[in-house]
Amino acid sequence: MIGATAPSVPQADVARSRRQMLRDGLAIAAYAMPVGLVFGLTALQAHYSFPDVAANSAIAFAGGAQFAAAGLVKDKATWLAIAGVVALVNARHLLYSAALAPYVSGRSRKERAVMAHFLTDETFALALAHYRRIRGFDRRGYWIASMCIFIPWQIGTWIGYIVAGAVDTHRLGLDVAFPAAMAGLSLGMVSGRRDVAAAAGAVAVAVIVGLAGGASLGLVAGAVLGPIFGLAVPPSAHEESSEPEEPEPSATAGLV
Amino acid sequence: MNLGVALVPVAVLMWLVTYPSRVLPMIAPGLDRLPKWAVTYLRLAGPAALAALAATGSLLTGDTPPRLQLGVMPLAVALCVILVWRTRFLLIGVGGAVVMVAVAHALGFS
Repeated sequence: MIGATAPSVPQADVARSRRQMLRDGLAIAAYAMPVGLVFGLTALQAHYSFPDVAANSAIAFAGGAQFAAAGLVKDKATWLAIAGVVALVNARHLLYSAALAPYVSGRSRKERAVMAHFLTDETFALALAHYRRIRGFDRRGYWIASMCIFIPWQIGTWIGYIVAGAVDTHRLGLDVAFPAAMAGLSLGMVSGRRDVAAAAGAVAVAVIVGLAGGASLGLVAGAVLGPIFGLAVPPSAHEESSEPEEPEPSATAGLV
Repeated sequence: MNLGVALVPVAVLMWLVTYPSRVLPMIAPGLDRLPKWAVTYLRLAGPAALAALAATGSLLTGDTPPRLQLGVMPLAVALCVILVWRTRFLLIGVGGAVVMVAVAHALGFS
């Protein structure tokens, strides 16, 4: 029983595509858990409790934005600053949701609303690739994609928090884990010269404004103004085509 | 282990500002018709915000007002960037940075 899959798609093709997605998903799980470990450590340094960490990972479920919020909480930033930065970091989900919209248009609003909670970079990447392969929607495929990141992320953050609580984080050099993780995650999002310009501009603005008005203000200023540096740079050929794709007409035609 | 729930509202706040961008284009067709510059701005906001976080966390002290710090922390973050760039594996980068800072602390550097 394939359930919600487009009826024109052979079951064998859907099953094959699901297996491929699961293989890709295991690779994602393999890095999600270590990153979750680092977040657990970061949250401990920001004075989160264990329920705080668990709630953050389950309710917000937002990777990089969770790191950002932990940094702001540690700096005693205002709620408005936290909301603004998180909204900005996660605004890219608009693009992911829009790209998936034609595939899920036949589902009920309630189902789409539940699915949306689990939409992350990784869920989007796995699900869209699966839908393009099968040229249609597959409900079970979406949940496989989302659980490949949701489950390891929860477990990783719990373990990271518990382990970090048992050691002297300063003596072991773990103070650097948060800024290092931020830099590494930022690098992972760079795909062309515009991203580099945005990141470099954000660093310059964050430091200059931070020295004048405090770290939290510098962070918000860097996050808001950094992309303008990127927009000022001509895109490379690769960047011209790097936006999330709309489904092809042939794929859209087969949707349930 | 701390079992307080003081920061659970932060998680709810984060959800409140994240969920709309996840759900609105799915349930309200047409919201994805943003100008191209706005789409690009949104795409660039991710790396910019995370880079700003790395900068304030490694280049500024925790004092009020903050001061510029050019010690082992920014060097370790730079090492992390190089390792992640070469290996594409965040844990290796963060691990390298942590080892560098731990060794520096053991040798008396801050």
